[in-house]
Amino acid sequence: MAETLIRLRDDAASTAPVVPLADLGAASNASAVRLMPGDDARALLPVLDQLDLIEVAFPAYTDGRGYSAARILREHGYAGELRAVGDVLVDQVSHYVRVGFDAFAPDQPMTREAVDQAIATWPAVYQRTVDGRPAIWALRHG
Amino acid sequence: MYLYDTHDQAMVDARVAEFTDQVSRRLAGTLSEEQFRPLRLKNGLYLQLHAYMLRVAIPYGTLDSRQMRMLGDIADRYDRGYGHFTTRQNIQYNWIKLEDAPAILADLASVGMHAIQTSGNCIRNTTADHFAGAAPDEVEDPRPYAELLRQWSTFHPEFDYLPRKFKVAIIGSETDRAAMKLHDIGIQVYKDAGGQTALRIHVGGGMGRTPMIAPVIRDNLPPLQMISYLEACLRVYNRHGRRDNKYKARIKILVHEIGADEYRRQVEEEFAHILTLGLEPPPAEFARIKAQFADPAFDPAAPDAIDRSDPDFALWVDQNVHAHKAPGYAIVTISLKPVGGIPGDASADQIRLMADIARDHGFDELRVTHAQNIVLPHVKKADLHAIWQRLDAAGLATANLDLIGDIIACPGLDYCSLANARSIPVAQKISERFAETGRQRDLGELKLKISGCINACGHHHAGHIGILGVDRKGVENYQLLLGGSEAADTSIGTITGPGFSEDGVVDAIERATNVYLDQRAQGERFLDTYRRIGMAPFKEAIYG
Repeated sequence: MAETLIRLRDDAASTAPVVPLADLGAASNASAVRLMPGDDARALLPVLDQLDLIEVAFPAYTDGRGYSAARILREHGYAGELRAVGDVLVDQVSHYVRVGFDAFAPDQPMTREAVDQAIATWPAVYQRTVDGRPAIWALRHG
Repeated sequence: MYLYDTHDQAMVDARVAEFTDQVSRRLAGTLSEEQFRPLRLKNGLYLQLHAYMLRVAIPYGTLDSRQMRMLGDIADRYDRGYGHFTTRQNIQYNWIKLEDAPAILADLASVGMHAIQTSGNCIRNTTADHFAGAAPDEVEDPRPYAELLRQWSTFHPEFDYLPRKFKVAIIGSETDRAAMKLHDIGIQVYKDAGGQTALRIHVGGGMGRTPMIAPVIRDNLPPLQMISYLEACLRVYNRHGRRDNKYKARIKILVHEIGADEYRRQVEEEFAHILTLGLEPPPAEFARIKAQFADPAFDPAAPDAIDRSDPDFALWVDQNVHAHKAPGYAIVTISLKPVGGIPGDASADQIRLMADIARDHGFDELRVTHAQNIVLPHVKKADLHAIWQRLDAAGLATANLDLIGDIIACPGLDYCSLANARSIPVAQKISERFAETGRQRDLGELKLKISGCINACGHHHAGHIGILGVDRKGVENYQLLLGGSEAADTSIGTITGPGFSEDGVVDAIERATNVYLDQRAQGERFLDTYRRIGMAPFKEAIYG
């Protein structure tokens, strides 16, 4: 269990038990779930309304499936906490935020200051994603 | 030419600041090499056999004289006075010191260049037809699309840790000069039956240890849905591409294993969803980019005649000059393959000279080709002789384009930490064996490509003659392949049989070319004869 938890949201963190995706059907009242890299994020679409916390596991930072999982969940309107858990690196933080993560539970220590600094790395962005930032093409053409 | 605006410049400047900080933390010891490795790789900085190697992106192989001059200056300031142009239309410096890397990136940023995503399992630098905007057979200039792709793929947050690296190539002619079908995604811009521009998307090509030709996954894609469609292609790959085995992780394996139809179905489903999200840059942005690739101000009165009275010049014109779409103009390819030289290498002085010639005679534009040569895309025929004289004085007028001496070779075991065998000495020996121009010209078009390991950076699968260096019980050994092609008739070469020593493979190539000379029919290239008569006669001559 990671010791550090950095949240970029103001609401209280969920205290509900986090269940694996496979157990979600049995625990029909669960409000917190964990996705592993091989899990299909779209399996959660029918139950997004009942979830307050989705943890996306990064067993190794080099496995980038969690970026797609997060962005898909946000594209389908998920507004609860989306937490990157595991081998989560500060140098990737701006990318995590751009695909919709708003909380980090890294294996290695990470400071809030370093997270804020990482988020501020890029003055602008080239793509429209789910973080609300306008793409550079939108800045150019108002 | 696309010129950075303040947004583009701010992005590369931010990257320089970030990497400068990372290098200073590494030099101070607060970052370990293990922690630093993924960070430096994101800036194209590899630790090779003898030194750091820096790979600089040249988006779609296009650059202006100011940028080219800077590449020469960097070779002088930070390397040993050389740069190495690669099969990815990039340039590599092989003798870089870590502490210099931030200054090099700052120098590059000062002319709108960078080393972003030239390494790592992300979307790499997009490549394109090196004759874009100049070729007479062009349907539409692919560069505005390539620039859209450059911006979209730069720091794309979802696709930074794909299963494996990802390469996109784009062409706008029927003639494929970019080996488009041998890329993860190959895009062809074409006109449909009604004369409307459309895109054909090939997915799942590649070389490496499992060479594959990319099938068509989508025809008739509206041009201003390209970004959305590629988002869908990449998302399906990111989610479902294999991650259990590095050698099976490229998208070609996914497409092959689930089949093109199933991959297409998944992409179309994702595409339908993505179209609802409004991710596509607007037509005004495409128009803004396109305007920057407008034709230069060609002189309508430029004379069409070339004075061929100098025989050496005439030979070079015949071999290295191509027809241009504008009357009175031509496309020049500068061979970086002198006899006995290192394919793709150029000295700092040569790089600056090519920049000067582009400035003086070529509307300030240059291209890097995937065959490791340099193109001046727009020159007046009337200036060809003056250009040739300046090139000749600098050892840059080798008249061997597309001949056996125009060898593609990876850096091999002389530099690369992945290589099993040296490529450069083999290339040098072959070019010396066939040095005589008359002999080369008699052999005609013959694309010879050498890789020093199975990763196939030297495109050996796609050579009319290909050579693959392997390690056999600690000894360098060279396999020979025949019959590959990277052109519109893309094919993958076949191994002749047991491998050879360094000298043995040169002899075997000579025997193979003799079979061709004996058996060729009127007008046949080496590849055509091979396709007609098959492997057997070659095998017999080589091993018999």
